[in-house]
Amino acid sequence: MAVNNSFLKSVAYFPGLSTEELDSVKKLIFEKKVERGDIIVFEGDPPEALYFVSSGVVKMFRTSAEGKEQVLNIVRPGESFNDVPAFDGGLNLASAQAMGPVTLYGIPKHSLDLFLQEHPQVAVSVANVLAAQVRHLVSLVEDLSFRPVVGRVAKVLLEYAGDGTSPGQQLTQQDMAAMAGTAREVVSRSLKVLQSEGVIEIDRHRIVITDKEALRGIAGASN
Amino acid sequence: MVVMPVVDREKCNGCGLCISVCYCEALILVDNVITVLETEECGWCTECEAVCPTGAIACPFEIVIEHS
Repeated sequence: MAVNNSFLKSVAYFPGLSTEELDSVKKLIFEKKVERGDIIVFEGDPPEALYFVSSGVVKMFRTSAEGKEQVLNIVRPGESFNDVPAFDGGLNLASAQAMGPVTLYGIPKHSLDLFLQEHPQVAVSVANVLAAQVRHLVSLVEDLSFRPVVGRVAKVLLEYAGDGTSPGQQLTQQDMAAMAGTAREVVSRSLKVLQSEGVIEIDRHRIVITDKEALRGIAGASN
Repeated sequence: MVVMPVVDREKCNGCGLCISVCYCEALILVDNVITVLETEECGWCTECEAVCPTGAIACPFEIVIEHS
């Protein structure tokens, strides 16, 4: 088993555990290696485990009935995912996909229940981790539900577009997110919406406004 | 010359997460700092930017209006 105490201590669930307690955690943990694109957890399936990312990056997302994807979170080393279903036993809330080669550690759901009973002090850390996740998700819900984000992204594009004689300003999706008052994940989706509506084309590192009037209409609707 | 993602060497902490998600192998660590190799294989997926925990990688878009 490759998992070591220094990694476990870096995980928000186990910061204050003694060496003996960390050793008892290690006995529960299994290692899993996945490749780019592999789905680790399927939305709607019964939960099998709570996972921690050791190396690599995992994308959490939900897919609509129309096949549209909404990224909920990017999980980096030391962070966990599939927490909620692992604790409450409900179905997986989101799918998890490896964005590259990923090494994971998992605690099977049935072991998790017993571990928490034996180490109730970990419950405080669990509450803190879940609270942080709720804060992140509430912020995302606000963006997706209440703000006409697509319109605001459209406005940013119009504002920073070159007129053909001079080059337009270069903006990252993070820049656009900051300007539109939203999250990067929402900008990414908004650009896809605008692309599917035929008002922009994304040509590698260029965003080409193909229907300026339609884009103006979308931007105006956000006022 | 191929336009490639831009690295802020001061911000890069050498964690290598961007390398793990780059499908065209355009990123390498040199002296614990990410270096970008020019390649036409880069499709501007922007995943390196998305996963960077320090905001050291930028995949900026040039925004232009098509004149018919």
